[in-house]
Amino acid sequence: MKYLYLVWSNLKRRKMRTILTLLSIMVAFLLFGYLGAIRQAFSQGVDVAGVDRLIVRHKVSIIQLLNESYEPRIERLPGVANATHQTWFGGIYQEPRNFFAQIVVNQDEFLDFYPEYIVSDEHKEAWLATRTGALVGSGLLKRFGWEVGDRIPINATAWRRKDGAPTWEFDLVAVYEGAEQGTDTSQFFFRYDYFEESRAGGSGLVGWYVVRVEDPDNAAEVAAAIDNEFANSPAETKSEPEGAFVQGFANQIGNIGLIMTAIISAVFFTILLVAGNTMAYAVRERTNELAVLKAIGFTDRGVLGLVLGESLVLAGIGGVLGMVLAWLLISMGDPTGGSFPTFYMPADSVFLAVLLIFGMAFVAGILPALQAQRLQIADALRR
Amino acid sequence: MADEQVAGAQSDAPDILVRVKAVDKVFKRGSEEVHVLGGLDLEIPRGEFLALMGPSGSGKSTLLNLIGGLDRPTEGQVEVGGQRIDKLSNRKLASWRARHVGLVFQFYNLMPVLTAQKNVELPLLLTPLSRSERKTHAVNALDIVGLANRNKHYPRQLSGGEQQRVGIARAIATDPTLLLCDEPTGDLDRKAGDEILDLLQALNREQGKTIIMVTHDIHAAARATRTLYLNKGQLTSEPIE
Repeated sequence: MKYLYLVWSNLKRRKMRTILTLLSIMVAFLLFGYLGAIRQAFSQGVDVAGVDRLIVRHKVSIIQLLNESYEPRIERLPGVANATHQTWFGGIYQEPRNFFAQIVVNQDEFLDFYPEYIVSDEHKEAWLATRTGALVGSGLLKRFGWEVGDRIPINATAWRRKDGAPTWEFDLVAVYEGAEQGTDTSQFFFRYDYFEESRAGGSGLVGWYVVRVEDPDNAAEVAAAIDNEFANSPAETKSEPEGAFVQGFANQIGNIGLIMTAIISAVFFTILLVAGNTMAYAVRERTNELAVLKAIGFTDRGVLGLVLGESLVLAGIGGVLGMVLAWLLISMGDPTGGSFPTFYMPADSVFLAVLLIFGMAFVAGILPALQAQRLQIADALRR
Repeated sequence: MADEQVAGAQSDAPDILVRVKAVDKVFKRGSEEVHVLGGLDLEIPRGEFLALMGPSGSGKSTLLNLIGGLDRPTEGQVEVGGQRIDKLSNRKLASWRARHVGLVFQFYNLMPVLTAQKNVELPLLLTPLSRSERKTHAVNALDIVGLANRNKHYPRQLSGGEQQRVGIARAIATDPTLLLCDEPTGDLDRKAGDEILDLLQALNREQGKTIIMVTHDIHAAARATRTLYLNKGQLTSEPIE
């Protein structure tokens, strides 16, 4: 620590150059942090997907429906603990840009499958007692400023009502919180019995099944057994772990992780050149001073450490500022106005940022540091 | 190996601080070899103020660098305080310099980004002293050179003479055995130069510092207790014609 003021004083030598380099590094880490949150938002659900849950859907496409009668057949298979069905509703609340997921669920089974959704007993009872009741995530509630007791109208797109009315009305009776930071609290669940009795067509058909397996280690075998059960039927199935199912959804947009990595790599490579250039100049312009330090007793390694220390302080300050700024921007909320169910800086981004700070400091500083280490005192003092 | 166990440690007479034996120094300039010092012998008693004179390129600064452990001889031995410093590893030599040598340069070589006090504290960073002890030592050293009231000033805020005083304060801050001065008045006017020489003389007389000073200036050399002349890699006690 006693050398810190020396490192700091050297960085203040060319204030403008140091500030510009710091800003470059800060912007790189700002992008890294912010894009990390976006990547997380796209892969939302993958990390928190239940390891004991399988999704069984129509083999052709998720939009093809399955028969309600599949549930008892699935539950009879070895390794299956229980199963429940869900259906995508896909309605519009006020206008299309207010997109959020509306899913029809079996209210008697649903919450048993999703322990990550925390619902108070009072709200649970209210939902079970209200046929038109909706269970809404706290994030969605906040987004639209809804309150329990509100009546939420949703215009149907695919599912028309028997009575011909374009709008389905729901009573907001229950709210769920997420058990983890990554839990999606932007969803809107409502009851299958209300849906079944009110829809104009498709009676007895559901979107997909959520299957809980007895032993997650046997999930692959259970999935194969389910698909085998319905092989050669009019509606063959495709079963996969919930995580893979969610990832498949995210991948419909593209390989977001790869795109992000490519952007970040290009940015960091450029910034590395900037920081390396700064360090090289910083050492070259004070060859004489480094020689004096050695002359008064600093060892070769000591001088190497000082230069690497400067590089680390530069990368550290820039990196921390960038990540803090990214965190502040992320804290301001989802930039899409609600398309991202969750939007936060994942812990692995922070861990990676720390590694990047050390990596950048080392790569940018090592060559000038070695140059300083190898400096011959008598030669350098003559320059 | 402990410093004291370096070969030749027991051979010193007590009053001889520096012993240079049959030292050659050859520099390579591309394929050409330049013989700067050839078979040079020198003994410097403890407490002496020695002036080294000679024409440019005669090897004065090279000899000073060898005695100060800033460079190594091509052949021969350099002993300081009974220690064969030419045999020390780079790390041990650096540590030895920190403890035993104070260096004063012609162009002061202060760190422009540090205040006078922080410049003086630089060699003290290599000691186990605490922050407050380092500060006390630095302020004392600045007081000795008459600049205690300028400790917060940066080199650019000081005159050449004052900067050289800070350089001397830095050199004596660790209370070294040997003070090596390479043309300490070479960049100063006569008045400032005289003040620096007064200071060096006082350090020699009052604090018993052994000083080796390279100079071109005969007036500066006159302040020393002995003057040696270096020409074509050889020492003489007579001025070169």
